[in-house]
Amino acid sequence: MAAAASKAAPDRSADAAHADAGGDRIVLEGVTKRFATPTGEMFTAIKDVSLRVAPGEFCAVVGPTGCGKSTTLTLVAGLEHPTAGSVYADGHQVQGVVKGTSFMFQADALLPWKSVEANVAMGPMFRGASKKEALGQARDWLRRVGLSGFESHHPHQLSGGMRKRAAMAAALINEPSILLMDEPFGALDVQTKAIMSNELLRLWEQSRPSVLFITHDLEEAIALADKVIVMTAGPGTVKDVYDIDLPRPRGAVQDVRFQPRFLELQHQIWESLKDEVQRAYAKQGNPIAPAAATTGGAA
Amino acid sequence: MTSVLDPTGRPTAPANDELSIASTARQRNRRRILRVNLARLVLLVFIIGGWQLFTAWKIVDPFFFGQPSGIAKALRDLFVHGTAYGSVWSQIGVTMKEAMLGFVYGVVGGIVFGIALGQSRFLAEVAGPFIKVANAIPRIVLGSIFVVAFGFGTTSKVLLAAVLVFFVVFFNAFQGVREVDRNLINNVRVLGGSRVDVNRHVILPSALTWIIASLHVAFGFSVIGAIVGEFLGAQKGLGLVISTAQNHFDPDTVFATMVIIAAITLAAEYVISLGEHRLLSWRPPSASESTAGI
Repeated sequence: MAAAASKAAPDRSADAAHADAGGDRIVLEGVTKRFATPTGEMFTAIKDVSLRVAPGEFCAVVGPTGCGKSTTLTLVAGLEHPTAGSVYADGHQVQGVVKGTSFMFQADALLPWKSVEANVAMGPMFRGASKKEALGQARDWLRRVGLSGFESHHPHQLSGGMRKRAAMAAALINEPSILLMDEPFGALDVQTKAIMSNELLRLWEQSRPSVLFITHDLEEAIALADKVIVMTAGPGTVKDVYDIDLPRPRGAVQDVRFQPRFLELQHQIWESLKDEVQRAYAKQGNPIAPAAATTGGAA
Repeated sequence: MTSVLDPTGRPTAPANDELSIASTARQRNRRRILRVNLARLVLLVFIIGGWQLFTAWKIVDPFFFGQPSGIAKALRDLFVHGTAYGSVWSQIGVTMKEAMLGFVYGVVGGIVFGIALGQSRFLAEVAGPFIKVANAIPRIVLGSIFVVAFGFGTTSKVLLAAVLVFFVVFFNAFQGVREVDRNLINNVRVLGGSRVDVNRHVILPSALTWIIASLHVAFGFSVIGAIVGEFLGAQKGLGLVISTAQNHFDPDTVFATMVIIAAITLAAEYVISLGEHRLLSWRPPSASESTAGI
């Protein structure tokens, strides 16, 4: 990425490895994360993960259940610290929560006791905006995601799709340069998921943050992303990286998946993902039925 | 079921039918409420009337167990003539002041400690066994110590009430903090919220559901604390009215005082429910309201 805006990084000794970032927004280098279980055993969630996401790039990560996809995101967000290796966001080593990073969770992360607009206004308020300013911005963002008229509703009064819209507004209002998404649409029904994916692409194309998008739905990953990373069964590590050369703007995600190139990519990536899914499935003590894992869609 | 058909073959007036269904449903509901209230009235008459009759027939000795008519008279006496140490209103005032102060101190202490220990694993592990032991002690006995140490004034009663309230609120606040959804905390942190923000916007409101549920029980405990404290030694208060009546073999006045206390507690319960409704208005209506209020 030659066009990568190399921000003037403040001189910090911890930034000795800054050059390694090479203009990439998100860089993971040899990152390992281990957790101690309550019984004192060590559990390795991810092992020696290295990946790069360029500015404005939409990167999807697919992998079987329990391969440490979510752990990778919490490390980039600064919610957890790597056991080994380094994580860089915007050229700086991540040591805590990073300004300029937003996170969209799989579960609803809206505060149920706050109205929708108060929820969305939290971002700017925590960054020092006045309440009035923050609410103004929140209303503007709610309009952009199509939730005008629902500002004073509480989250429980909205449908699942509407709550996702509100969560999207809350994540984008801080105008992040990095957007981390942990299976954000995983709990939605298929139709709502398609609508929300289109909405996400529309909003993403307006400000173009770098996206790290976790999913186990391969179709979703290919339809949305510029790059798909396949992770191995736990402990997770990067297995393959595929560039998705479908032209942008892609239009409706429901239509993209019928393009020949899409199917070709899906077939290729599934070949790589299939083994890992089988391995993860066997690890849980399940017998492997060979036919079961050869269908195209990774559910 | 024979449905009436008009000459064109359609069922007659479906709109009317729907109306009549709605009105029968309403009627049935009204009748149900009426039946419940009627049954309550019958039960009340049965209890009070039975009590009155059994004592009038000397099957049960009114000397020990009082008599509804005697209780009514004692109640009137309390309000008309007052007690040996001032009007009944001043007794109510003293007891309520002790209970309220104890309630406030206990609630504030319970919330502060509950939230602090709920968030700090270290503190929780250090304090854990002590709190378990303190909870196992029959705390009402502390009243004896407080009366000896702090005298017959209000201080000892406030303290006893506060101790009783503290544990109820503490355990609920502690549990409430533990039950906070990690996702919500992470979300606020990623959005740039500080520790204070996390506390204010996530932990406190989340724990509030639990804390408020405990307040119903806690208020009852604060009244018990004040009354028992007065019972153990006081110059004023409803507890003193009870212990004086007990010394005079006057069960009617004991029951009359109980009636007064019950009325006060019910009124307080009502106020707490109103506050609960206001503070928890964000909850979906399906959540069962104030189930912990028993």
